[in-house]
Amino acid sequence: MSPAMFDLLLRGLKETLIMTGVSGLLSFLIGLPLALVLVTTDRGGIFEAVTLNRVLGLVVNGLRSVPFIILLVAVIPLTRLIVGSAIGIAAAIVPLTIAAAPYFARVAEVSLREVERPLIDAARAMGATRWTIVREVLIPEALPGIVSGFTVTLVTLVGASAMAGAVGAGGLGDIAIRYGYQRFETEVMVAVVAILVVLVCGMQWLGDRLARALDHH
Amino acid sequence: MTQHPVVVLDHVTRRFSAAPALDDITLSIDRGEIVGLIGRSGAGKSTLIRCLNGLDKPQAGRVLIDGQDITPLGENALQPVRRRIGMIFQHFNLLSAKTVADNVALPMKIAGRPAAKRRKRVLELLDMVGLADKADVWPSQLSGGQKQRVGIARALASDPLLLLSDEATSALDPETTQSILDLLAKVNRDLGLTVLMITHEIEVVRQIASRVIVLDRGRVVEEGPVARVMASPQADTTRSLLRGLSPTLPRDLAALLAPAGDQALVRLDVHGPDARRPLLDMIAQATGHPARLLHGGLNDVQGIPYGRLFIALGTANPQKVQAALAALTPHTTAIEVLGHVPRDV
Ligand SMILES: Nc1ncnc2c1ncn2[C@@H]1O[C@H](COP(=O)(O)OP(=O)(O)OP(=O)(O)O)[C@@H](O)[C@H]1O
Ligand SMILES: [Mg+2]
Repeated sequence: MSPAMFDLLLRGLKETLIMTGVSGLLSFLIGLPLALVLVTTDRGGIFEAVTLNRVLGLVVNGLRSVPFIILLVAVIPLTRLIVGSAIGIAAAIVPLTIAAAPYFARVAEVSLREVERPLIDAARAMGATRWTIVREVLIPEALPGIVSGFTVTLVTLVGASAMAGAVGAGGLGDIAIRYGYQRFETEVMVAVVAILVVLVCGMQWLGDRLARALDHH
Repeated sequence: MTQHPVVVLDHVTRRFSAAPALDDITLSIDRGEIVGLIGRSGAGKSTLIRCLNGLDKPQAGRVLIDGQDITPLGENALQPVRRRIGMIFQHFNLLSAKTVADNVALPMKIAGRPAAKRRKRVLELLDMVGLADKADVWPSQLSGGQKQRVGIARALASDPLLLLSDEATSALDPETTQSILDLLAKVNRDLGLTVLMITHEIEVVRQIASRVIVLDRGRVVEEGPVARVMASPQADTTRSLLRGLSPTLPRDLAALLAPAGDQALVRLDVHGPDARRPLLDMIAQATGHPARLLHGGLNDVQGIPYGRLFIALGTANPQKVQAALAALTPHTTAIEVLGHVPRDV
């Protein structure tokens, strides 16, 4: 492998990591509150507000039902508005976040719902405020599941960021398509796939370990 | 100090669908009492206890905690009231993501006590429940009995006025149950804490409660000092809940029972000092025949003896039997001639 190719792959990896990392972080920051709202505003929840819950549920489902490749194109005007350009890493982060945040919200929601009602009642019986219940019961008890869900979200983002290459964002996926597919440089293709496999396995391993360390059931 | 009851329920009704879970309940609990609340599954026990800290709300009637009517209070206004009420649960409901110490500290954290004070109090509480060495382990590493001790320490952390227990020993083996009951009795004695405990195990009530309330289909069907209720239950529900505890005629004797025969067989229920009278001698004096104890015996509720005895009178002569009954009646809570049995039973 030529030094030039090595540099190219290294840059691609960096771009992929930035895209995945930033959109992952944003998805977490948007998705977790979203999940909390979805759980606590539901019927019988501690912040019961059924109409809000329905509307939010519809929005989340709507976003999740759009195929990513279509979302990528459809949000171009929005992307321009936010980052001033429709091309590049920053531009890819917008659709990636819009796709991943609702996904993560649903995954986190499942874990939050698994926190049993009696535990919440025990905290209520202690005179906990609703925010205290969120902080001391809901989030800590659901944390192992939230971490697992976030790992899955990140792995999904690695894959989606390859597609984002289509909007000129670069990254490993872009390299694989341009060199490996269009120019038949199989060696590059194999290298990219190998890097992605290692990356995904590493993330999964780390996520699993963290989730297990947090789980005291 | 004003001596109003810690808990008052004033014509409380709570219905979920058709049949009410609580039907016009009126009762009160005084400071320092241990009250047992018993009843069949679905009688409304958990609903009643949940109404005391506002986890559930009655549709009618008032719930007073330490003189304050909590029925009109919303979720936020209930919080200070709840901080004065400890609660323990059948399945412990400890937070798995917190260590034992952090679980016990939670009520204090909620009440806004500074962290340094919390730690000190947590260690005191854990010491009191015999788990001083478990402060920094996870609840999942504890046995059921240990978990319930943590539950009790947690419930006591906010120095409550009232301790509510919903089947706190039902998931535990008899020996562990005993140790938890001893702990509750100690807490009641040392801290003067008022305790309301739900249980379907009558044995639990017998051991530590001073008063018992029997609930059936949302209504209080019987209420009174444990010794009195256990010795002479008035309601059918109470009798059937007690059935497991009081002796019944063994099968072979029951098979021998006949309308006529050599000697009458009587069943007597005794309670209090009367239970320790020379009952057999009294019968012998009344009838002129030696009487025989065939089955039954005495038990005690917190030092007060009570029991059920099956006695063969030694004669079937109606006048003599009447004389025996007349001699016994003043000293028994119930007496009944069951039938006749052969001389050589
Ligand atoms: N949240 C609820 N929704 C509907 N019905 C309820 C609810 N909670 C209790 N009930 C009903 O109210 C009645 C009393 O229930 P409760 O849980 O108070 O009984 P319990 O005496 O505690 O029974 P157990 O000994 O089985 O715990 C039951 O018929 C039950 O089905
Ligand atoms: Mg119950």
